[in-house]
Amino acid sequence: MSAAARTVTVRYFAAIREALGIGSERVATQAATLGALRDELIARGGAHAEALARGKAVRMALDQLLVTDEQAALADGAEVAFFPPVTGG
Amino acid sequence: MAAARVSIQTQDFDLAAEVAALRAGDARVGAVCAFVGTVRDRNDGASVSTLELEHYPGMTEKAIEAMIDAAHARFALYGARVVHRVGPLLPQDQIVLVAVTSAHRGEAFAACEFLMDYLKTQAPFWKKEQTPEGAHWVDARVSDDAALARWGIAAGNAAG
Repeated sequence: MSAAARTVTVRYFAAIREALGIGSERVATQAATLGALRDELIARGGAHAEALARGKAVRMALDQLLVTDEQAALADGAEVAFFPPVTGG
Repeated sequence: MAAARVSIQTQDFDLAAEVAALRAGDARVGAVCAFVGTVRDRNDGASVSTLELEHYPGMTEKAIEAMIDAAHARFALYGARVVHRVGPLLPQDQIVLVAVTSAHRGEAFAACEFLMDYLKTQAPFWKKEQTPEGAHWVDARVSDDAALARWGIAAGNAAG
């Protein structure tokens, strides 16, 4: 296994943050895309698998911009966020 | 230096002071439209004792700045101001202010509604309610996605 391709910061908010018990973590990953990173996190099992499961309403941001395309490319040092649908205003 | 267009804060805001600052010294302004959102004591049938607002620091400000840019691109605005509170709030508290200035009312009404519709589905805030049955995160509403769709923008927030 080669060294991780990149290291990203992953942030969690609201119900997802509570389910995981952490607001952010540094993740060394082979994932080249946002979707692949989500799959890696789900593959950990436990709370991650539950909170980020496919079919759940999980919204994503990459470098603090909303992203709907899971093919979005991950750069080293990227900031990724997973959170539920927003409910402000 | 221009006045801040976006503030995310725990403290309350003063509608009159915000509007006065927004239109100060600008004699082109003929219309000010302001919307204030407040905390209801009931939501979906449950009584609400307190509301906790969480946000994504950094992204929230960027997202709302981009919305204000979009409003300026669509409407003939002179100024816009958004204040959104975070942290613990009580029923009757003010949550959000959107205020805009324009030459005429039509553009001002429309831009104010556009900004609120945008903010509801695209700005990273989350509400958690305390009720007699316990605490729970508020569900996003499909009707809020529909409100943004009227402006030709797909929200993709509540659905799916």
